[in-house]
Amino acid sequence: MTQQEALFKYILRLGDNALIHSHRLSEWCSNAPFLEEDLALTNLALDMIGRAQALLQYAGSVEGKGRTEDTLAYRRSERQYYNNLLVELPNTDFAYTIARLLFVSAFEKEYYAALQNSADSTLAAIAAKTLKEIKYHFAHAHDWVVRLGMGTEESKQRVQNAVNDWWMYTSELFEMDETDEQLVKDGIVPDLKALYPAWLQAVTDTLKAASLDVPVSGYMQTGSRKGIHTEHLGHLLSEMQYLQRAYPDAEW
Amino acid sequence: MVTETHTKEEILALLQEIKDPEIPVLSIQDIGMLRDVHITNNGYEVILTPTYTGCPAMGIIEADIKALLETKGISPVKVSLIYSPAWTTDWMTEEAKLKMQRYGIAPPEHSSCGNIAIAEMHVPCPYCGSKHTELISRFGATACKSLYKCEDCKEPFEYFKCH
Repeated sequence: MTQQEALFKYILRLGDNALIHSHRLSEWCSNAPFLEEDLALTNLALDMIGRAQALLQYAGSVEGKGRTEDTLAYRRSERQYYNNLLVELPNTDFAYTIARLLFVSAFEKEYYAALQNSADSTLAAIAAKTLKEIKYHFAHAHDWVVRLGMGTEESKQRVQNAVNDWWMYTSELFEMDETDEQLVKDGIVPDLKALYPAWLQAVTDTLKAASLDVPVSGYMQTGSRKGIHTEHLGHLLSEMQYLQRAYPDAEW
Repeated sequence: MVTETHTKEEILALLQEIKDPEIPVLSIQDIGMLRDVHITNNGYEVILTPTYTGCPAMGIIEADIKALLETKGISPVKVSLIYSPAWTTDWMTEEAKLKMQRYGIAPPEHSSCGNIAIAEMHVPCPYCGSKHTELISRFGATACKSLYKCEDCKEPFEYFKCH
């Protein structure tokens, strides 16, 4: 794998994570528990779609084959997507959406802080920009986990179930393959394993503040680094890509 | 090919016309989005930085810039986005903050550098000036604003977040 190929593949992964998580959050538009929360979740979705746009645009320019952010978002099938399984899972209920936001934002807070020091100036710039937004995402997730955990028996049980059920998708956030190793060596991307203790601490602190139990890690899900996904991603893409597939190059 | 020469200062002055579509009392200079203008043999390049990465106003602002400069015979115009250094509310002028307040949006309270204050306390109400206000939601109708309410005059209002 050349440096260029590794970088392209890696940036796709970052862009895909932002794009797919954004899509899931956007599904809450007009469905959230109340108006302010509706605005909050769609605001988060907007931050992520902006990040996805910047990253996929950069991926296209690194690849150098004329693919734009739109081509990359709308003309790839699920086996060509590299987002973590966690972000493609259906929203299920509000507690699951919030538990996922906690897991992902606690990871991204550490990740983008480290990526700011990338030897690649474009990635460093996107990271610095995005980090400011992620701090809000984490604060929002933290507040909600505490509110649900300290709320009624029902809300506490639901958020605990969500944390327990989706815990098995969290180790994939830290998985590294040959792409990572190649880029870590050159100081372009952070070593994900090194971020795990800070992530675990942040998530544990929030769960404790919410009087929730921290799950014990058992069987952990994997696959996305190779483009192997849950059955849910195909359905998500069929909706997201419908217009561009039916009417290629359609514009507003 | 540039046939007629326009100075950078002339273009910057013209661009005062371009307002933020979400806060039409502020120009893109007031808000700190306009970073530079480059003049090369191939045309004019306007350098912008987005406030938030997903700010949907960017597309409108880009179209407004091109349309305005073309009516003045300035072409070809290219609008480029840069992400570094990341936009901050510190670039907003005092005059811009005053205009914002008169428009009914509480301007950012503190310097944003370093730690972001995720929820500002006691943001003064842009209508009555009372500091007896409460955060309703960190997220408002646009990415850059939070929702507050004033406990004295009872008006809800928007606060432009430090960033």
